[in-house]
Amino acid sequence: MSLGDSSTPLGKARGLGSAKQGGEHWITERVTSIALLLLGIWLIASLLLLPKLDQRTLVEWLHNPSAFIPMALLVVVGFRHALDGVKVAVDDYVHEPGTNFVVNTLLLFLAVTGAAIALFGLARIAFGVVG
Amino acid sequence: MVVSILHRATGIAVSFAGLGILTWWLFTLSNGADAYADFAKFVGSPIGLIVLIGITWSFFQHLLSGIRHLAMDTGAAFELRINKTFAILTIVGSVLLTALMWFYLLGVRK
Repeated sequence: MSLGDSSTPLGKARGLGSAKQGGEHWITERVTSIALLLLGIWLIASLLLLPKLDQRTLVEWLHNPSAFIPMALLVVVGFRHALDGVKVAVDDYVHEPGTNFVVNTLLLFLAVTGAAIALFGLARIAFGVVG
Repeated sequence: MVVSILHRATGIAVSFAGLGILTWWLFTLSNGADAYADFAKFVGSPIGLIVLIGITWSFFQHLLSGIRHLAMDTGAAFELRINKTFAILTIVGSVLLTALMWFYLLGVRK
């Protein structure tokens, strides 16, 4: 630590692993994991508590903001967490920078497209387009 | 070690198969009862059930080993015996939760 540098050892190290970046990524992965812990338990509990799982019952359930909002959050946070997590595996095994960039970019497109399709379906239900 | 590998494998399974099914489910739900019948038919088939049970076990395993990793991020549970006990407990827990959930869905509620 040089003279006049007021940052703590943790502050200096944060984000400076072998990749020289990724501190934010690491934190985001953990914050989204806590959100998904709650949202995942909510989804499973909700499905178990519904009287039936046919289309009509499910649409009525998701039409209600108390189900639509957590489900929309689950989709957005879920795809974000999946993207962050799969990236860790990709970065571990795909070392060539060009290939790494291509694989991570394709996964980004896949995640954003998947989230868009899920949110589109959810929006149609929430705004009453389907009965 | 095994649980750490499982965490990654189940995470990838939930990311692709889990989110894939979730997306298909939400989209097809909004396409009306007829379109949903195709989804229901797949989910009710033997292959569909195996996939869904696999996804729920992966989800529970990833959730429990995820909690273990969050605890270890704080510096806790690195002692060999405690660490191993928690690792085994994540597997016992995920199998138990999956069995309970599907016993309720297929056996009790139908």
